[in-house]
Amino acid sequence: MADTPIIALVGNPNCGKTTLFNALTGLRQKTGNFPGVTVDRKAGLTRLDKNTDATVVDLPGTYSLYPKSLDEQVVLDVLANPSSKDYPDVVVVVADASNLKRNLLLFSQVADLGFHTILALNMVDVAEAHGLTLDPELLSTRLGVPVVLINAKSAEGLDNLKFTIKGELLEHAERPKPTMQFESVSKDFLEEVKEKFGVNNSYLAMLMAGQAEKLRFLTLEHRSQLQDITQRHSFQHTNFQAKETVDRYALLGKIADAAVRKKDGELKETFTTRLDKILLHPVWGYAVFFGILFLIFQSIFSLAEYPMDWIDTGMASLNEWVKSVLPDGMLTSLLTDGLLAGIGGVVVFIPQIAFLFVFISLLEESGYMARVMVLMDKLMRSVGLNGRSVVPLISSVACAVPAIMGTRTIQSWKDRLITIMVTPLMSCSARLPIFTIMIGLVVPDRTILGVFNLQGFALMALYLLGFVSALLSAWVMKKILKVKERSFFIMEMPVFQLPRLDHVALSVYNAVKAFVLEAGKVIVAISIVLWVLASYGPGDSFEKAEEKVKTENPTLSEQDLSNAISSAQLEASYAGRFGHWIEPVIRPLGYDWKIGIALLTSFAAREVFVGTMSTIYSLGGDDDTNTVKDKMRTEINPETGEPRFTPAVAFSLLIFYVFAMMCISTLATTYRETKSWFYPAVQFAYMTGIAYVAAWLTYQALQ
Amino acid sequence: MSQRNLSQLRIGEKGIIAGFKDTILALKLLEMGCLPGTEIRLTAIAPLGDPICLQVGDYILSLRLDEAAVVELQ
Repeated sequence: MADTPIIALVGNPNCGKTTLFNALTGLRQKTGNFPGVTVDRKAGLTRLDKNTDATVVDLPGTYSLYPKSLDEQVVLDVLANPSSKDYPDVVVVVADASNLKRNLLLFSQVADLGFHTILALNMVDVAEAHGLTLDPELLSTRLGVPVVLINAKSAEGLDNLKFTIKGELLEHAERPKPTMQFESVSKDFLEEVKEKFGVNNSYLAMLMAGQAEKLRFLTLEHRSQLQDITQRHSFQHTNFQAKETVDRYALLGKIADAAVRKKDGELKETFTTRLDKILLHPVWGYAVFFGILFLIFQSIFSLAEYPMDWIDTGMASLNEWVKSVLPDGMLTSLLTDGLLAGIGGVVVFIPQIAFLFVFISLLEESGYMARVMVLMDKLMRSVGLNGRSVVPLISSVACAVPAIMGTRTIQSWKDRLITIMVTPLMSCSARLPIFTIMIGLVVPDRTILGVFNLQGFALMALYLLGFVSALLSAWVMKKILKVKERSFFIMEMPVFQLPRLDHVALSVYNAVKAFVLEAGKVIVAISIVLWVLASYGPGDSFEKAEEKVKTENPTLSEQDLSNAISSAQLEASYAGRFGHWIEPVIRPLGYDWKIGIALLTSFAAREVFVGTMSTIYSLGGDDDTNTVKDKMRTEINPETGEPRFTPAVAFSLLIFYVFAMMCISTLATTYRETKSWFYPAVQFAYMTGIAYVAAWLTYQALQ
Repeated sequence: MSQRNLSQLRIGEKGIIAGFKDTILALKLLEMGCLPGTEIRLTAIAPLGDPICLQVGDYILSLRLDEAAVVELQ
């Protein structure tokens, strides 16, 4: 809404900004937010009082208004550009109270831009645990802005914060006075920038002068004008920035020292440093990491199985019930074999996706993800990646789209590009349905070594295969890309904290909602189109197919005859012809024309595969078996008389889907993040190429 | 003896920042609170020897060895 005031949340990374955002907006967020660090703006509505709604904009974490990576750039884009649609009426700077001095740096920069600024002190409980006591009144007087104590985790102090925001929205509310005078800068220079660009605020003028090339909202002409001015006045922006930072720290350090009282005595070892000793231990560190991964895959398979079975049989009986109440006919067939089969293919995977997101958001919320980055940095560097690549790689297990966007935190372009290119090799949640079904068909549901589920083991092996091939591909790309660019790691380690269950629940809810709505739309649409293509054929081919079956099999019982007819008709349909057309290409991989149809429909989105299978086998098979898995299990290969899905075929399909780049959304995201069609094209070609060769090898080896 | 830098600390050892040998990293480290005169303590080393974790003020910072080598100690 245009008339709601805009409140921006700004702060250092890990200060609890997003937690505050969640607490303020709850379910009124405008986008489905995937877990992971905030790399782009997020917006949502909050209610300030009975009559006032406000738009809350959550900006990525940054240490200053001098961005060094693309996510930090967003903050400058919004705060330095008065015509930005997110240009805030009030800025709430969220600060980690246990680390006040460092957090005040960004605060003072924001205040110097002249915004109505509120300092929200978060994590006061952590500060107190560290033996620190804070004096918010003194802080407020010295800084000249309202200071509010909050606890974003438990939502304490939110009413007070909202009340203060309302106060700042009033017409006569005062703006903070500038903390810095730029004496080292020539007056003429400052005036020239201000005049040329119609800027009143001195600090904004300095920010613009220092980072002309980073201001994306300026035209190229304006940028070169700016550069011209800075050159004429021989303005040294690195010196200025260094001096500004040191001066601000000197000033703010005094304020922080006055406002924070520290208990005497040596600081005792905190919980976080003690835990780090274990988690970064040469042996225990890796043991814990792989133990956690193992636990995730085991539970995705064994725990999620129960609710999945309920949904699967539930959908099957719903389908049967609809068939029994509605009259036989085309419309009923569309509803059951087309629509319901497609929907069933979506909802059955909700439990697994929910489990996956529970674990990922637990890793994020607890602060463990940062330790994984430290554990893996050296290894990652040797293959051309970065410790920070770990987060995109791990969150890609959920979905490659937010994962690729998450690479914006990587400061080096080369590291970032390689991460983007290999991230889709990590098995995402859309592959999970395919893996589940295929493993279920050929890997026995046995327990080995007492506790380990063999199917869970197979699943973990597939994920590891994706991970290892991502590393290998990265290594190859590192060899190809000869760019010498400095790569940075430099990162704050957040303190460990107990994840809040409602935040985990919120992120699972958002993820499942996004999966059901986004993937669901595609799957249902394709299911219906597929049903049409599989239920009709050119001319009178359907009648001919029926005639042919009847004359060739005069002795069949009525039930078998009708099955044979529907299967022949499927083969004669448009979809069947399509499948036959592609069959020569996929025969070496062990696939027939029916699998060919599923490969084609899942070309744009791999999650469609199972839905397609279920539609094809509903139309072409007998009606006695109802779940997709049963239909596939009973499918017979007419050439051999053996089951269609032999281990060779199933593993070949599994390997194919581990590698194949079958996701339009991911390619679009790669395009958006690299601003070039070249990279998505390469990504598509190399992944699909590996998929074909690897599936071929698998089939030939196992056959 | 050449000046000691941050990458030469042992676990638990403290040092005081004297200056930086690299401008780009210096700007980044400055805004994260690593100012000249600040006490810094090595708290942990990653299993493969790199990166390292350091206590700066009230938080823990993680740096690669070659990044830490830029920071000169008093």
